[in-house]
Amino acid sequence: MRPNGRSENESLYFTYPHFDAPDPAERSKQKDVAPVAIVGAGPIGMTAALALAKEGIRSVVFDNKATFNDGSRAICVARPSYYILEQLGAVAPFLEKGLGWTTGRSFFRGEKILEFKMPDGPDEKFRPMYNLQQQYIEQFLWQAVEANDLIETRWQSEITGIEDTSDGARLNVQDPSGDYGFAAHWVLACDGARSQLRTMRGHRLKGENFEGRYVIADVQMDHDYPTIRRALFDPDSRPGGTVLIHKQPDNIWRIDYQLEDGESTEDALREEKVRESVTSVLKDIDYTGSWELEWWSVYSANTLAMDDYRDGRVFFVGDSAHIVPIFGVRGLNNGLADAANIGWKLGWVLNGKAGEALLDSYSPERRGATFDVFANASKSARFMTPNSHGWRLMRDATLSLALTHPFAGELANPRQMTAFTYSESPATLAEDPSFIGGPGVGALMPESQMDGDFLSDRLGKGFTALCFDEDLAQQIVTACASDNSLTVLSLAHPSAVSDKFAADARSVYLVRPDMHIAGRWHEATAEVVIEGYHSVTFRKGVL
Amino acid sequence: MNHADLENIYAALARKIDEVGEAQSELFLAKLVLLLAHNNGDAEEVLECIDGASASLVTNN
Ligand SMILES: Cc1cc2nc3c(=O)[nH]c(=O)nc-3n(C[C@H](O)[C@H](O)[C@H](O)COP(=O)(O)OP(=O)(O)OC[C@H]3O[C@@H](n4cnc5c(N)ncnc54)[C@H](O)[C@@H]3O)c2cc1C
Repeated sequence: MRPNGRSENESLYFTYPHFDAPDPAERSKQKDVAPVAIVGAGPIGMTAALALAKEGIRSVVFDNKATFNDGSRAICVARPSYYILEQLGAVAPFLEKGLGWTTGRSFFRGEKILEFKMPDGPDEKFRPMYNLQQQYIEQFLWQAVEANDLIETRWQSEITGIEDTSDGARLNVQDPSGDYGFAAHWVLACDGARSQLRTMRGHRLKGENFEGRYVIADVQMDHDYPTIRRALFDPDSRPGGTVLIHKQPDNIWRIDYQLEDGESTEDALREEKVRESVTSVLKDIDYTGSWELEWWSVYSANTLAMDDYRDGRVFFVGDSAHIVPIFGVRGLNNGLADAANIGWKLGWVLNGKAGEALLDSYSPERRGATFDVFANASKSARFMTPNSHGWRLMRDATLSLALTHPFAGELANPRQMTAFTYSESPATLAEDPSFIGGPGVGALMPESQMDGDFLSDRLGKGFTALCFDEDLAQQIVTACASDNSLTVLSLAHPSAVSDKFAADARSVYLVRPDMHIAGRWHEATAEVVIEGYHSVTFRKGVL
Repeated sequence: MNHADLENIYAALARKIDEVGEAQSELFLAKLVLLLAHNNGDAEEVLECIDGASASLVTNN
């Protein structure tokens, strides 16, 4: 919502674009058929389109709006998401505009009780987290989408029906000039939390309807404070409650606070009420200058997911498949990982580089990640906003102890934003028990600084085999000579990198296009690596 | 004790405090401390912990 007198898209710092509907004359010349139709041009739909385009796959994206989502919404973009954006060739503006951060500070009744740092260092290419308003996220993705010849976007075009065909699905599209049918072999439903496709296909989100409600308010002010996330426990402004404060670009500050059980949402969202709440929070942080209210909204903490993210030729991606609580900032990050996951897999299948069975790994991998988010978020929620005497007492005891005993502070440390490990997926291989240490199968590949660049910079576009022996590397190259989708890297042994991977000279790691580890062998041969590569890409026959 | 152990203990305590109820929680916690002190066996260490826990108590306002 916006202050009285300003319309939904009238921001203090951002100009919302207007997108016309397809010109009926132009549109009639276009083909209403595509390998992949993407429903929803939110951050997830655009990312999915870019991920497919990276594999050379054409898609048509439909969105029923004429501009981006209103308001700043999701503002924390985590390190794994920056890797996704980098792979899609879109990361530059994100790096330029986003505010990277590593530190959080917690205050208990006005007193600073602890400071935590998320893992970072010279071996890391990206910061653990960046703050950036969602409309910038959408704008930067849009710049990449618009520039990509393989993606066609139809704004003001709503999908109002879907029906299976022998080789895909037929969508009914409604735009200002009428209705038409559109045929696609595959459909990505990126149509958000209120997904109409989910309803049309007879599915629903299941799980706990967690009762927490949070007001998120953005204000613009000249506040001199570094990009450090502040958590105020039991502050004067909200006795018994918790307030979170984040810095965003353009002098915008995000203030989050939980509503008490008795508070009505409607009342809490009144402009005067929001101004009052913000004023008292600013007093808590000793800000006395002027400020302007930019936007506010309410977000409820739910843990809801579909039983299966796939229904035949329709994949549910992002918020359409799951709604996650606010703590842990995974709503957007989790969706971006969904989009990257289905993007490379569908791309590989459509290119004939992988068998169709690869697609069966999408739902288990990403549902696993969602449930991991749920578990972490409920832990955080119980700490940030305890809802019973026992949880509150333990929380307060921990905070009080943290002043003098660092171990207690660890309990207040929000779970770091590590990517989920796909260890029990059909698209990863069995773990090799002879490794002692190193990243396990399914984990995101750890980054490492090389001479002047990073390990991730040297990965191929497809799969990459990390070898630590020149001869073995050469043998793998020879064995897969005709396949340019497998890149072989020969890394020094012993070295900082080989230590990080707990690698022997004969060890090999097989890294997927999404940088997750498909498999690893402590004592590898070229044959076993190629066989593993075939197995996780569900290929039959020779390369 | 690793981080996960500590988290499990935190959760078990929170649940038990809720189970015994607010009126009995003080008694429950005092009993728990005595039990842990007995198991620990090092009186000096326990007395140190008593001081440690009472330090920086923030008063409720
Ligand atoms: C008010 C609010 C505050 C939030 N705050 C946070 C936060 O602080 N932190 C956080 O991590 N996350 C937050 N989120 C969640 C975050 O915004 C979402 O996780 C993210 O936007 C998901 O992206 P998406 O692309 O899956 O869905 P959306 O962004 O919802 O995009 C879906 C798109 O599909 C379009 N669409 C829907 N139906 C159709 C149809 N039938 N035909 C064509 N197009 C259709 C919609 O117009 C929309 O553009 C917030 C969300 C809201 C609504």
